[in-house]
Amino acid sequence: MKEATNLNEERRELLKAGALVAGSTLAPGVLLIGVAQARAPEEPASDRVRWGMVIDVNKCADGCNACVTACNEENGLSGATGPQDAQWIRKLHIRNLSTGVEISLPMLCQHCEHPPCVDVCPTGASMKRADGIVLVDRHTCIGCRYCMMACPYKARSFVHEPLTDQNPEVPRGKGCVESCTFCVQKVDRGENTTACVEACNAAGHKAMIFGDLKDPNSEIAQILKHHKTTEVRADLGLNTGVRYQGI
Amino acid sequence: MNGTSYALGVGEDKSALFWTLLALGGLVLLGTLYAFFTLEHHGHALTGMDNQIVWGLPHVFAVFLIVAASGVLNVASIGSVFGKKVYKARAPLSGLLALAMMVGGLAVLVLDLGRPERLTVALTHYNFKSIFALNMIFYNGFFAIVGLYLLTLMDRKLSPWSKPLGILAFLWRLALTTATGSIFGFIVARAGFNSALYAPMFILYSFTYGMAVFMVVQSIMYKWNDIQVDARILAKMKNLLAIFIAASLYFTAVLHLTNLYYAKQWEFERFILLEGGVYTWMFWAGQVLLGGVLPLILLFSPLARHPATVFVAALLVILGGHCQMYVTIIGGQAFPLDLFPGWAESSSFYDGQIHPYTPTIWELLLGLGGIAIAFLITTVAVRVLGFLPQDDLKALEPELKAG
Repeated sequence: MKEATNLNEERRELLKAGALVAGSTLAPGVLLIGVAQARAPEEPASDRVRWGMVIDVNKCADGCNACVTACNEENGLSGATGPQDAQWIRKLHIRNLSTGVEISLPMLCQHCEHPPCVDVCPTGASMKRADGIVLVDRHTCIGCRYCMMACPYKARSFVHEPLTDQNPEVPRGKGCVESCTFCVQKVDRGENTTACVEACNAAGHKAMIFGDLKDPNSEIAQILKHHKTTEVRADLGLNTGVRYQGI
Repeated sequence: MNGTSYALGVGEDKSALFWTLLALGGLVLLGTLYAFFTLEHHGHALTGMDNQIVWGLPHVFAVFLIVAASGVLNVASIGSVFGKKVYKARAPLSGLLALAMMVGGLAVLVLDLGRPERLTVALTHYNFKSIFALNMIFYNGFFAIVGLYLLTLMDRKLSPWSKPLGILAFLWRLALTTATGSIFGFIVARAGFNSALYAPMFILYSFTYGMAVFMVVQSIMYKWNDIQVDARILAKMKNLLAIFIAASLYFTAVLHLTNLYYAKQWEFERFILLEGGVYTWMFWAGQVLLGGVLPLILLFSPLARHPATVFVAALLVILGGHCQMYVTIIGGQAFPLDLFPGWAESSSFYDGQIHPYTPTIWELLLGLGGIAIAFLITTVAVRVLGFLPQDDLKALEPELKAG
């Protein structure tokens, strides 16, 4: 009996040692996978990731335009707000018609899982990357504007005139449709954030959180798990990548 | 030019008039090309279209032409598919008008593109889930099928093929107009669209507009050649036009009545039917009164015995059709998207407000270009080939007697 106990203890020690060895061997690999989400330029976007955003409207300050300004600067938009000017993100002010409660929130491309803009695009220029980012291929957009008719969020703009002084990382052009790219240039560099989120944090509001919806340990996934969030026009069943907290 | 109207074969020498018409059409087309290159250079900034009203006046003309093009083919279908001799005599003109208007309508759509030089991209990259892409396939097929069908009508050796091709053309055009209507019907997010009714409603609109265009063109061609149309044939055609007008009005009424039943659509209906300014006027005065009720009254009045009355009624239908397209396409966009139902919205991007639209001369020129192209193709074709509907009244006697 005693012998048997010793044997069990030995076995336990062995298992412990084995687990340690295995853990120390695998851990860097796991870390490497984490780092690998910042992809090499030649590596395609992966569907193991779905980029998304949560916006807490209680933290979004009425009158603050930091996200809009930062977006314009990052993506080379003029910031003009005429009827023909492009706006990738805008501050929307909403007032409940029965209760009178007022909310200020940023509205941008919602990066839907089932984007109507992608469905209607005749050439396939409107497309969704494997990681959920909805983009316009500037080489195949013919400027028909059907996506603008179809987008439920009025998230898209048409470039009405020739552009100069563009950000080389964000090619834009007359005659094409464009919208928020979730700062895809930053995401692809592995920064894994967007200009609007950075600006909101810098302004001290921290109302916007960007992250991987598929990573259960990410901040965004945790918020979605523990708090009630809202999809805009949830009735359309588009499964948006942008969610609002506090509406 | 030897000065004889050899193709039409009847009437006096009207070469001068023919060349004048060509020059007029050509002049309009020149204006269109000037507008196109100007917009190509400066961008759509010169137009009244913006990020709120993304489809404007050019689309009104283009969609009208495309819808009427599929509808005008109906005349041929009634002849070939349903065996009515009165319409069989009119089948070649019907096919020609269908092709001419389709070319005109599509040209406007292409000229208005943000990147028109990428037409080849549009023709080589298809997203098959897109109803717009499916439309392009339908349009291309339309040219091929109607072209072949026209050949079987014009060449006696090929005439055994005219019935099967006529049936194919008829089915194809029904599918095409279903798809054209669905361009609007499939816009899920906008109050003014998002209805399966758009498909059958556009088919009825196409019957009406196509028939009206056919009757206008036929009247002008008869006038040109000093031909008096047989009263019974005219009566048949005007009755058919009247049925189409009534059916179009019915579909329009059903669309708005169903919308009035849904609380979420009330605001939109209030906009179009009561408070929409130009859209309300265009709907009631243009689409309903001038384009529907008045032509119906004219067509059923004793005055309808006169070809001139029928001509005016058909012209009114065409005018009303353009008003309908304006209300449908632009009115549907002028009413703002409702991102948060139950909330009032405002932003720097014009959320929550009625979007104004004032078309500029450039848009008008693009739109008129479609009509000019259809006009030029038709004028040249009827001049050089035998498209004039000629009735063998003796052979028609049993059909006309049957009523």
